[in-house]
Amino acid sequence: MARKTTTGQRALITVAAWGIGLLISFPIIWTILTSFKTEAQAIASPPVWFNFDWTLQNYIDVNTRSDYLRYFWNSVVIAVGSTLLGLAVAIPAAWSMAFQPTKNTKNVLMWMLSTKMMPAVGVLVPVYLGLRSMGLLDTRIALVTIMMLMNLPIIVWMLFTYFREIPGEILEAARMDGASLRNEIIYVLTPMAVPGIASTLLLNVILAWNEAFWTLNLTTTNAAPLTAFIASFSSPQGLFYAKLSAASTMAIAPILILGWFSQKQLVRGLTFGAVK
Amino acid sequence: MGNITLENVAKRFGEVEVIPPLDLNIEDGEFVVFVGPSGCGKSTLLRLIAGLEDVSGGRILIDGQDATEASPAKRGLAMVFQSYALYPHMSVRKNIAFPMKMAGMPEDEQKRRIDAAAKALNLTDYLDRRPGQLSGGQRQRVAIGRAIVREPSAFLFDEPLSNLDAALRVGMRLEISELHNRLKTTMIYVTHDQVEAMTMADKIVVLQAGRIEQVGSPMELYRNPRNVFVAGFIGSPKMNLLTGPTAAEYGAETIGIRPEHIGVSTESGKWKGRIGVSEHLGSDTFFYVEETGIADAITVRADGEIDLYHGDEIWLTPQEDKLHRFGKDGNRI
Repeated sequence: MARKTTTGQRALITVAAWGIGLLISFPIIWTILTSFKTEAQAIASPPVWFNFDWTLQNYIDVNTRSDYLRYFWNSVVIAVGSTLLGLAVAIPAAWSMAFQPTKNTKNVLMWMLSTKMMPAVGVLVPVYLGLRSMGLLDTRIALVTIMMLMNLPIIVWMLFTYFREIPGEILEAARMDGASLRNEIIYVLTPMAVPGIASTLLLNVILAWNEAFWTLNLTTTNAAPLTAFIASFSSPQGLFYAKLSAASTMAIAPILILGWFSQKQLVRGLTFGAVK
Repeated sequence: MGNITLENVAKRFGEVEVIPPLDLNIEDGEFVVFVGPSGCGKSTLLRLIAGLEDVSGGRILIDGQDATEASPAKRGLAMVFQSYALYPHMSVRKNIAFPMKMAGMPEDEQKRRIDAAAKALNLTDYLDRRPGQLSGGQRQRVAIGRAIVREPSAFLFDEPLSNLDAALRVGMRLEISELHNRLKTTMIYVTHDQVEAMTMADKIVVLQAGRIEQVGSPMELYRNPRNVFVAGFIGSPKMNLLTGPTAAEYGAETIGIRPEHIGVSTESGKWKGRIGVSEHLGSDTFFYVEETGIADAITVRADGEIDLYHGDEIWLTPQEDKLHRFGKDGNRI
């Protein structure tokens, strides 16, 4: 960036950046604020911003009405389980595609990506019926598998991109230096691929954590994760915005904290190896 | 020991024959340079010797032992790559130690060799840094350090200097030559730069399209190029190659005359022309002479102090005894 910017321009850019940032995070901020209001204040018009009676009553109500920890645990199992399973499948796949490409490697990658172009609802009925006949509806194992399959193309693509950044000459150097395949993987490949694997893992945990379509359609109680926990507070009897907000805040809090502490890895994951 | 023999070695990638069957013998302690234009197969040939590519035919003997099927690790060779190929997550010390660690060498012996290599290569102050914190020249020295600690039977260099800037390249060229003088280990060095080939080699192997065009010492290749290709490739600036009636006069299809073997005069000579570009380097002057009627431009090397410039008329006279004659098939007559 050798371009010159005046102080005025910089101020303008700063204001604009803050504006856009606030706009993007507004729904989350509003949800968190609402979770501390009374139900009456939550739907007050004009809306109240900060001068309301801060209360924890919604959180108490939500916790007495449902078992947060069970949903939380289901979310953890589904998000982490599907991601780990996905990595176990995707690492060897991406490895061979990056280091031993054949003339069909590109086609396979495109084919995998193309499955993401189909709307999920298109296969809901067959998946639902299939799981029902296997007796797997509302089980964690079904959710882990489905979520793994849903995110597999992304995991493979991300890992493939990372692995391809590892120069082949370094692996050849290790071979010349007398490393066996096992030592080559342990001492050279893996340490170099760890940042890529870590950001893939994080991004996919978040994707699986927030996934609502499959979790809502394939679970009822036993395997229901936090997305179902939120949905259970938007009942036909009427909306309780404050309680819904409290439930949402509790659902996103773990992932928000995780994301906050792994920002650096996540940004690297999102830029997809575009910047070295 | 580091005697390497190639017998009928060939390489095909699918249908494409990159290296037709060839024979080559490299004596122990020799500095051999593979030189040729891009895509001539010189790097592939080196990788076949290294074991990083499998041969499609023929045998590779290292110290008389058939190593054709041996893995790179088992061949006892060390390689220095164009991109240095250092391990970015390891310190310089660990990079240099890596081959010894893989060989299971005792720690104190590893340390002794690392210190010796670091001292020889001026890396002592950088042993705890990562490769990313080093300059290009230092990285190249680390790569060389990693190669020498193994005490291999031969070193393989794959265009090791082409990522360095011009000044550094000359320095590293000298360092590698000194290293060879000190270690007296076989070295095989791949480059497309004929200056590197001429300055470093005991023996030059000129390659084109996977074929060996000529093998010989630098001066043999300079004095007696076997064909038009070698004549044009070896020497800087390039040899002037003239065809048509000019060549027929000497009973050849093509004649070659090096820029340094042409006499210059402002009054008389064999060929008359006009100076297109003149390059005054101080030590030498290069003229690119146009309008001669025998070629687009003839390159001439003249005295550094000569006072002729662009547009001046000039007479050229080739030294007849330094003239190279080539026949219809491109081979030397």
